[in-house]
Amino acid sequence: MEKINREEVQTLLNRYQDEKVYVHVEVTSGMYASHMDERVFNAGMFMRNVQVVFSQGAIRGGDNGEFRVGLKLDNGGWIYVLGLTHFEVNDNDEFIMHGFNYDGKLASALEISTGEFFK
Amino acid sequence: MEKERQVLVVFPHPDDEAFGVSGTMSQYVDMGVPVTYACLTFGDMGRNLGYPPFATRESLHSIRKREVEESARLIGLTDLRLLGYRDKTLEFEEPGHLKGVMKDLIDELEPSRIITFYPGYSVHPDHEATAEAVIEAVKEMPEDARPALQLVAFSNNTLNDLGEPDIIIDIDGYQERKEKIMAAHASQTGPLLKSLAADTQEGQDARDMWMKYETFYSYDID
Repeated sequence: MEKINREEVQTLLNRYQDEKVYVHVEVTSGMYASHMDERVFNAGMFMRNVQVVFSQGAIRGGDNGEFRVGLKLDNGGWIYVLGLTHFEVNDNDEFIMHGFNYDGKLASALEISTGEFFK
Repeated sequence: MEKERQVLVVFPHPDDEAFGVSGTMSQYVDMGVPVTYACLTFGDMGRNLGYPPFATRESLHSIRKREVEESARLIGLTDLRLLGYRDKTLEFEEPGHLKGVMKDLIDELEPSRIITFYPGYSVHPDHEATAEAVIEAVKEMPEDARPALQLVAFSNNTLNDLGEPDIIIDIDGYQERKEKIMAAHASQTGPLLKSLAADTQEGQDARDMWMKYETFYSYDID
């Protein structure tokens, strides 16, 4: 993975616009967050292999290398992810954006692909 | 440690075996005891993608599969079962499903001892779901056919509720092998390996914690 290049990511988002895509969306503090520190309220989520069409995708932010991506869906809905730092397009042509926290652990993810993700 | 007819180790994530159990597993293997490791998921929802990251959410699956295969090779296992469930989802399987999977394994292998997590004291919901499935499957067996249960507990209330562990395995002589086993899980163990090697108080604490004894609780089903 490399650090997010805003122009490259915007170009990639445009590539998936107006077609049926699968997304993986995730925000996580890890299962051990409140085991390590009981003051932490542990929240997290993932959605995998959800099919959507977005009519506009945009990358914003970038302070300290931390970006936001918003996808405006064709049905009026939204997908929003905060805290993205790295990206790559892998050998399966899956567009992967990850956010790594200060300890180098995955904190957020947004992935877009025309094919289904591994089940 | 006594010689067993067959040991069955059941954990949900590749590397669950490495930290607290691999020295014990290695000793059983060296005693000539058949040891089966059933690992329910590929740990593909892990947050550690390497330091610095060399994996992604999509590649973690195959990376951790290779890691656990190497770990099994170092332990000396000839029977590694990778059951292929998705990380984090075990507790949402149909009620009774995992118990059935455990029952089939137990019926096939007829283990004299099972090592898994302690229900209620193992923190991660996948650990809890695994432990519960094993206990439920064993509970349905006739009393005289039940394998001994040797359980891993590490939630913060463990010592308070359960007292000191009653099964303590000295892994003297196995430190080097265990360190290699932990290193096999490179995507997950980077910082820990560094602290194990460090000539600091933290390093000493880590060596004391992982490299001297492996501790467990026995468990009686009422």
